[in-house]
Amino acid sequence: MHLSDPAKAVATAVPLLEVEDLVVEFRQRGRVVRAVNHVSLTLGQGETLGIVGESGSGKSVLCRSFLRLLPSPPAVVTASRISFNGQNLPDLTEDQMQAIRGTDISMVFQNPMGALNPVWPIGDQITEGEVVRGRLAPANRRKRAIELLTRVGIPAPELRVDEYPHQWSGGMVQRAVIAMAVAGAPKLILADEPTTALDVTIQNQILALLMELQAETGTALILVSHDLAVVAESCDRVAVMYAGRIMEIAPTDRIFVAPKHAYTLGLLGSIPRIEGGDQALEPIPGQPPNLADLPPGCPFAPRCRFASSACAGADMTLREVAPGHFSACIRANELGGVA
Amino acid sequence: MNVVSFIASRLLQMVPVLIGVSIVVFLAIHMVPGDPVELMMHGRATPEGLAAARAELGLDQPLLVQYWNFISGAVVGDLGTSIVQKAPVSEVVGERILPTVLLLVMSSIFAIALALPLAIVSARRADQPIDHAIRLGGMIGFAMPPFWIGIVVMLTFGIWLDWFPISGYGRTFWAHVYHLVLPSFTVALFLAPILLQSLRAAILDVMTADYIEVARAKGLSERRILVKHALRNALIPVTTILAVNIGWLLSGAVVVEYLFSFPGLGSLLVRAAGQRDYAVIQGLSVTFAVLVLVVNLIADLACMAIDKRVARA
Ligand SMILES: Nc1ncnc2c1ncn2[C@@H]1O[C@H](COP(=O)(O)OP(=O)(O)OP(=O)(O)O)[C@@H](O)[C@H]1O
Ligand SMILES: [Mg+2]
Repeated sequence: MHLSDPAKAVATAVPLLEVEDLVVEFRQRGRVVRAVNHVSLTLGQGETLGIVGESGSGKSVLCRSFLRLLPSPPAVVTASRISFNGQNLPDLTEDQMQAIRGTDISMVFQNPMGALNPVWPIGDQITEGEVVRGRLAPANRRKRAIELLTRVGIPAPELRVDEYPHQWSGGMVQRAVIAMAVAGAPKLILADEPTTALDVTIQNQILALLMELQAETGTALILVSHDLAVVAESCDRVAVMYAGRIMEIAPTDRIFVAPKHAYTLGLLGSIPRIEGGDQALEPIPGQPPNLADLPPGCPFAPRCRFASSACAGADMTLREVAPGHFSACIRANELGGVA
Repeated sequence: MNVVSFIASRLLQMVPVLIGVSIVVFLAIHMVPGDPVELMMHGRATPEGLAAARAELGLDQPLLVQYWNFISGAVVGDLGTSIVQKAPVSEVVGERILPTVLLLVMSSIFAIALALPLAIVSARRADQPIDHAIRLGGMIGFAMPPFWIGIVVMLTFGIWLDWFPISGYGRTFWAHVYHLVLPSFTVALFLAPILLQSLRAAILDVMTADYIEVARAKGLSERRILVKHALRNALIPVTTILAVNIGWLLSGAVVVEYLFSFPGLGSLLVRAAGQRDYAVIQGLSVTFAVLVLVVNLIADLACMAIDKRVARA
């Protein structure tokens, strides 16, 4: 069910989110760190998009920039368009943005243990958004909290709703954070590595919960992950990020079967495979580039096995190499045989 | 652990601390050069008179016996007799506890009223000109000796503007409050910079916490985030800092009380020191120690009330 059908690969007729030419820079003490570099992407209603990439590739910054959560200064966000549900987000006032956060777009963060305020009961925190917006009468607060906790699979929620975050395990807190995220019935959930900080068994439960809630409500999901296996299992499409750029974006099955970017190939080579135990794991040699001093052309070229002299001057716009499959690699078509 | 057993255990922990304090105070007074009795009588007494006074005060007995007399009296509230005032120390000191506590409470209220809004502005506009101005002001306040602040306050609001009395305590509660305005304001000016600085740091620290970003992501206003999510957490380290500085605050209060002729523990201490009224000094030292311990206990209880994690620790 999760592996996409081709119809979904090309974003549906009315996209939920359209990002065009998004650039995020951190300007500090005369240094300009370009964390997101001319990103464009489209997300359909109810679609699940995975974003993968090495640490520091700009996945979190990208997600935060949609919700205008980056501290400014130092962050400077520019975009031709971040159109969500017909509204151009950069045009909105701070108050309008507040109205969108937590209702139309919610976010789930990486570290559940810090995600809840230590001095308030959990139930109060997950209903706070609705109470503040006047959608929930304070008198019904506890009932609503129990309902939300039930939905995310917290056992005996009526006993635990008044507890404090330190009394809960990381996995349980992440469930509470997810409850908070779905409380406003969002059209889009940004899940930034929601399972990275958790035990492996808990990771699968949390992912299953996200998928289940998504199936129930039809909300779109952007799932950021280090873990290609996670993405392979749960996403319709995958975007591969490197040094702030989307290098390749394609339907999930295509990314894994016929990657069209040398960097994606490298990433696939560096994941452990259970079958083929003889196949040695080969991490990509070298380091990602300095975001304050990006090389011209393809940022991956210095580490790339397939780099040619043309790569240093390469045009990094995404080109469609197959239906719904886009790659920024100028040698994309030569990579076919390698996978 | 529930609150009652927590308080009980903390009160129990105070016992060894107070014994330690009493030994130090006792020894300090008996080890300083010069015979207290001679000093007390300003060298005008006959040898017989001195011996009689010593016997009356029990000063002719071995040190250990003297300490035992002191401590066994102290546990039943008998701190000896003031030679100067010819009255029990417990009475002389006791009637001044409430005014000083009132002074401390009012000073704290003033200091919070002063420091809290400034700290919020400073933290919200961190490293902008207004923040620099506020912090510079705080630094100047911090560098001023309380005596100097007191004189300026006294001259400005007491004499020049003539808004509030510059000495005394009044008879009714509201008269007390009225008389306390200037001394409290002085202590507040002395206390506010520390409060301002620690509050600002605590707010900035809390604002980087993950749960603040989560709160933002759920669509709360910056104002609500600050008031509902940041301030309460920021108060925890500030409460501790205040409690740790209570001794320092008391030293400021002593000077201010003396300056404003305010009938509290501080002015009594200054007077007793001048008159070599050793029993009173001893009694005051123990009282100050108890005050410090109680304030710390209250601060811990406040932290427990704010943050449920502390209660478990
Ligand atoms: N507030 C900030 N100020 C300055 N630089 C920042 C800030 N936030 C992020 N960056 C920089 O932006 C770049 C991208 O960071 P980002 O957190 O998006 O990476 P990521 O892909 O999410 O990595 P990870 O997988 O480790 O979470 C990094 O080089 C980081 O140092
Ligand atoms: Mg990240």
